[in-house]
Amino acid sequence: MLRYTEDHEWINLDGDTGSVGISPHAIEQLGDIVFVELPEAGGSVSKGDSVAVFESVKAASDIYSPASGEITEVNEALLDDLSSITPERAHDCWLFKIKVDNAGELDEMMDEDAYKAMIA
Amino acid sequence: METNSPLHETALADFHVAHGARMVPFAGWNMPVQYADGIKAEHLATRNAAGLFDVSHMAQVWLSGDNADAMLEALTPTDVAGIAEGRVRYSMFLNETGGVLDDLMIARLDGMLQLVVNAGRADHDIAHLEANLASGVDMTVRRERALLAVQGPAAPDVLTRLGVDLDGFFFMQVGHFDIAGIPCIITRSGYTGEDGFEISMPAEAAQALAERLVADDDVSLVGLGARDTLRLEAGLPLWGHELDETINPVAAGLRFALSKRRREAADFPGAGPILQDFTNGAPRVLTGLLPRGGRPVRDGAELALDGNIVGQVTSGGFAPSLDAPAALGFVDAALATPGTEIMAVVRGRETPVVTTALPLVPHRYIRG
Repeated sequence: MLRYTEDHEWINLDGDTGSVGISPHAIEQLGDIVFVELPEAGGSVSKGDSVAVFESVKAASDIYSPASGEITEVNEALLDDLSSITPERAHDCWLFKIKVDNAGELDEMMDEDAYKAMIA
Repeated sequence: METNSPLHETALADFHVAHGARMVPFAGWNMPVQYADGIKAEHLATRNAAGLFDVSHMAQVWLSGDNADAMLEALTPTDVAGIAEGRVRYSMFLNETGGVLDDLMIARLDGMLQLVVNAGRADHDIAHLEANLASGVDMTVRRERALLAVQGPAAPDVLTRLGVDLDGFFFMQVGHFDIAGIPCIITRSGYTGEDGFEISMPAEAAQALAERLVADDDVSLVGLGARDTLRLEAGLPLWGHELDETINPVAAGLRFALSKRRREAADFPGAGPILQDFTNGAPRVLTGLLPRGGRPVRDGAELALDGNIVGQVTSGGFAPSLDAPAALGFVDAALATPGTEIMAVVRGRETPVVTTALPLVPHRYIRG
């Protein structure tokens, strides 16, 4: 189940664990990405917490957790080649996986169609 | 600068959009921040070949009349009378405490003084000039003119291919030239640290000239994003960051802009505090800062050493030519020795940064 936040994160829930990334639109808007800070695995986060930072040439952008839960895995390989983070590969470029406390939190979030309507 | 009035547009607004620009509000103007290739690619294209910038948002102000030199000398530390016909000087409007109201370029052409001032300070500067207008001085704001910059090592070849004869025309000179039949005023100057030109022309001719320039294989369109990374690497101050009403030009590394005759006469605004720092050194000085690790350090971050605040970052981000983050900031003079490691406080955490001499990337001006 793929859902989006208004801050352009996506979460793809499989069972009780979701992978989290940022949308093609967000990557395009950031431009050249020069630094990424990822969270540490094992920590508990609340929905809306700042959990990662994307730095472009011009600005730093916070990435917020789309759900409450425990971060179970972090995609460190992403940091090896930041130029691989492109709009086309947005859904392969997951940042971390989170075991969500309450999958019901996702019910209020946007599906693909609603998100596309928001950014249109 | 927040304002509810509609954004100004340069003569090239449609041209930018047609060429894939992302437009943003800047200092009251609707301007291209980048084109499709992005800031890094535009930056490197300028360093490697040539970039074309629309800088028509800057105000062009022309002064004529016998008292024009004296009028500008009353507002700046520049030997305006010493600017020969066909020459350009970097200058600044100063206040009585030695702070900088704005920085500007002054060219003398056809006996007139032709000024270019920052877009974000244009209203202030024009009011300042009007309030200090000397008798017999005629001032006109040339909003009917556009301004393009062509910057980079290929810039002279680009202009030569369009029929411009650059023989004997060097850094900080100004002259009349026809480019592709368009009457232009060109200065050999810029804001990138590269050789290059700033071209003033009637606004109605700007699109035709921009099309001719961008048709050259060496020329890439460059937005305000890369303009900022280029000037950051070149260590060139930006008003509102490295310069403001509280910052003394000596602290900002601009001793060269204090003309000898004016220093000896000590007759410019703020001469007392500025000359004191000129002699003794400023307590805090502008330096380059290279963050260790990949995390950028940005405007506003405090600089610390052993828990004490020792300065502040004034501009920062990523330097494409260094392929690393870079910043400018003011630090206690004792710590400005290149190679000193201090800490920048970024998002509540300390990141080590190393002070570095400016410019971060060598200037490549072509001097006569």
